[in-house]
Amino acid sequence: MDSVDAVFLPDRRGPACNPLLDQLPSYQSLLYRRKPSHEGSTKRRSSSQRGGRFGSLSNKWTSARAENKQKSATLQRPVREQPKTMEEKRRDREQRREQDRRLGGWSQWQRSMRRSLRRMRDDGLDLLRGLELWRGDIHVIEGMFGTGILSYFSFLRFLVLLNFIMFLLMFGFVMLPIIMAPSASGNVTSYISNSSQCSDYPSSSRQGLVVFHQYIADLLSGTGFLEQTYLFYGYYRVGGVHFPRFSYNLPLAYLLVTAAYLLLSLVWIVKRSAAGFKQNLIQDEDRFQSFCNKIFSGWDFCITNENASRLKRSSLLYELKTDLEEERIKQKIADRTRKDKCRIFALRVVLNVFVIAVLAGCFYCIYRATIFSQEAQMKSPTNFIMDLIFEYLPSIVITMANFLTPQVFSLIVQFEDYSPAFEIRFTLMRCVFMRLASIGVLLFSLWSQITSCEGSCPCGYNHKLYPCWETRVGQEMYKLMIFDFIIIGAVTVFVEFPRKIIYNYCPCGLAKWWGQQEFAIPQNVLEIVYGQTICWIGTFYCPLLPAISTIKFFIVFYIKKVSLVNNCRPATRPFRASSSNFFFLVVLLIGLALACVPVLVSIAQIPSSQACGPFIYYKTSWNVVPEAVKALPVGLRTFLYALASEPFAVSLFVITCLAMFYVIALAGAHKQVINQLREQLAMEGRDKRFLIQKLSYAQKRASAGHSSSSARSNRFQSTQSRENSGVFLVQPAPDSATQV
Amino acid sequence: MATSHASVSSHAKAAHNPKLQDSRCLSPLLEWMKHHIEHQTALETTILKDCTYFTRKEILRLHGRYHELAPHLVPMDYTNEPDVKVPLALIVNMPELKENPFRNRIVESFSEDGMGNLSFNDFVDMFSVLSEMAPRELKAIYAFKIYDFNVDNFLCKEDLEKTLNRLTKEELTPEEVVLVCEKSIEESDLDGDNKLSFADFENMISRAPEFLSTFHIRI
Repeated sequence: MDSVDAVFLPDRRGPACNPLLDQLPSYQSLLYRRKPSHEGSTKRRSSSQRGGRFGSLSNKWTSARAENKQKSATLQRPVREQPKTMEEKRRDREQRREQDRRLGGWSQWQRSMRRSLRRMRDDGLDLLRGLELWRGDIHVIEGMFGTGILSYFSFLRFLVLLNFIMFLLMFGFVMLPIIMAPSASGNVTSYISNSSQCSDYPSSSRQGLVVFHQYIADLLSGTGFLEQTYLFYGYYRVGGVHFPRFSYNLPLAYLLVTAAYLLLSLVWIVKRSAAGFKQNLIQDEDRFQSFCNKIFSGWDFCITNENASRLKRSSLLYELKTDLEEERIKQKIADRTRKDKCRIFALRVVLNVFVIAVLAGCFYCIYRATIFSQEAQMKSPTNFIMDLIFEYLPSIVITMANFLTPQVFSLIVQFEDYSPAFEIRFTLMRCVFMRLASIGVLLFSLWSQITSCEGSCPCGYNHKLYPCWETRVGQEMYKLMIFDFIIIGAVTVFVEFPRKIIYNYCPCGLAKWWGQQEFAIPQNVLEIVYGQTICWIGTFYCPLLPAISTIKFFIVFYIKKVSLVNNCRPATRPFRASSSNFFFLVVLLIGLALACVPVLVSIAQIPSSQACGPFIYYKTSWNVVPEAVKALPVGLRTFLYALASEPFAVSLFVITCLAMFYVIALAGAHKQVINQLREQLAMEGRDKRFLIQKLSYAQKRASAGHSSSSARSNRFQSTQSRENSGVFLVQPAPDSATQV
Repeated sequence: MATSHASVSSHAKAAHNPKLQDSRCLSPLLEWMKHHIEHQTALETTILKDCTYFTRKEILRLHGRYHELAPHLVPMDYTNEPDVKVPLALIVNMPELKENPFRNRIVESFSEDGMGNLSFNDFVDMFSVLSEMAPRELKAIYAFKIYDFNVDNFLCKEDLEKTLNRLTKEELTPEEVVLVCEKSIEESDLDGDNKLSFADFENMISRAPEFLSTFHIRI
């Protein structure tokens, strides 16, 4: 080991490397790629050591060769991508312009065109970036709290934009034709109600003397005067809008816009997560180089605040200590005996059963609360406050369940004896499931109410209690969203600010134990994903919900920012930027998948209400599509039928499966190749060291054998002294065989 | 942007010299000077725009910041390239660098003499490489230089230990420091020489997902 490493023993004055190492092609290419930081001083030092003439000559030779190599190697790269000093870059730029001027007219024009296109593209991108929403605010947050929390706020910004686009879609294709019809000389054909029992829709507007607080109750729960506005599905009793030149099929547009916004969300989220996906799935590098990542990319260079830097330091320390702890635990797990494993397995089974029991209990509470709330709404209003509480009972129960269960889960997971990283992820998964499934349970209990009638249902749904059931579902979603917004505001005002005041001004033990507020990123992200899932489900029943959601997230941004800046300190357990982006988008995708299920089921399975909405004359909402297809020309119709037929679906499925298997096999093969190459690299390194050792040994023997020639030995001495001046000097030994 | 800055500077120049302000016959000369300064400024900023990742507006703003560091040293108008270098001690007190544990090494890596004295070109170069638009390869090269404390083109154990101590302000025990450095070298050393060459470092950084977002200074 010692003799092999002798060539690499570091010297305090400077590196004592073998001059042969400098001549290796890999070293030469590295030199061209970067400027050594004290090249000037070494040149001065080295030229003072020997005679000036010889030194300057070889200097010129090497620098000329360096220039040529540089030019050929970096010809294609733009000037600014080269790691040279500004002086060299400016010289390069001048040289390139000289070259261009010497070239013919056509290539000169081409080059200048390319350059101006690049500049235009940069200016355009700069302009777009300037138009970005909240750029200044996010800048400030990044400086104070680093990139982990920044990713939460840019995620929030993404959701604001998504909701706004959804609102534009709905507005443009569904509301605008109705609004514009009178002014564009079109007429709207509304549905005439026939006298069947299913289309009996009692008016919901208040009559007689209405107390003022009734209006507030209506505003908060979407009943009364709000029911007959554009807000809810029931208002769109439109069969079609006939303009002078064409007629616009509004029911079809309503359905297609629903499909469009779900697809748009899916495509946008997947596109956004593509970068993070690659890194997280294919290169699972975190397992392999967690220490390197922390040391070399752990410090956030954006931090300018002294407080934030102190906390970043302590969080890095904490992370490193956690990692060392994980190593220790891994060792402990490997040392577990069989008896230990059985005991832990049994414990885990019991705890998981307990968790499932807790979840089932919560779901049952939500179910009962929903049924109770629905029954209470059927009765006539008595007390204002009690009525409001009964209306909001499902939301209250869901919020309380979502507040208590994370505490329970984090308590339970400590007994399950997993590694710390897995603990965090597992708890998070359970919380995600709890949040999103609670909406599902609410909807399920609603539907069980809607489709259950005494005896058989003549209209397919309970038309006595729910003459317009879509509006009722829309009202529940509306209430969930309003309550979510109120809770976010209330928690900030009534919990976080007092906590800060207590912590700052009250020196009692309670304050110290409770501690300062930390911005818990996972919980906050779950909150906004929950809000977005409600929006996705509810937009079909309440077309203005995306607008409300946009305004809500807009205000939430400012609430969270104020709370963060004033009350919070950065989390001691930092959330890394790259993995956080991917995690947020994965949770959002789960929310989208969960939101698609109720919407699709209700469109395809549940009969649409015959008293309101655009689908009065259709059996289910989906039926509008086959009817519209029947009205198309024959060719297009057969094409669409072929697309929807079973053979096509099956063959598409088979082809997709084949493509997936191919890609997986390819990824596996690449991984193998990478491992092989890595081993080869290590072997090459060992070969290189071995050969250099042999060569230098042979050199020493040769010089020792020719000790009679004093001049030669003198020059060799000067070679040895040149070694100390550093690796940057590409001075081959004068009697080396590699000199050209 | 260029014209407004240049006209401000030429106006400032005129304000300093009462003779220039009063004499009418020198106003065409003033006009010529103003145009000349504007032209020079535009030319300079175009050159720097090509050599860095900044726009014209940002380069002029950077010049303002550079001037603030040493107002008596740096001329306020930005026409020719004066041979002015701001010393290290003034640069590391900038708010963007003040809290960075590697501020000395960063400034030293971008200076020509290796001692940390930056001319305006080096200053712009530094922030250009550390901006969010610079590519990963360029950042990796300079990151390697920054972490290479003894400037021997290798990240040996001593370099890693110094880096770690700067990061944690020496709050890890010496055994933990040694352990962490050993593990890091184990993780990324490919050719087995117990230290990281640039190839090892670059390979490791290409698999570090937050390198691009953390190795970034906003100015």
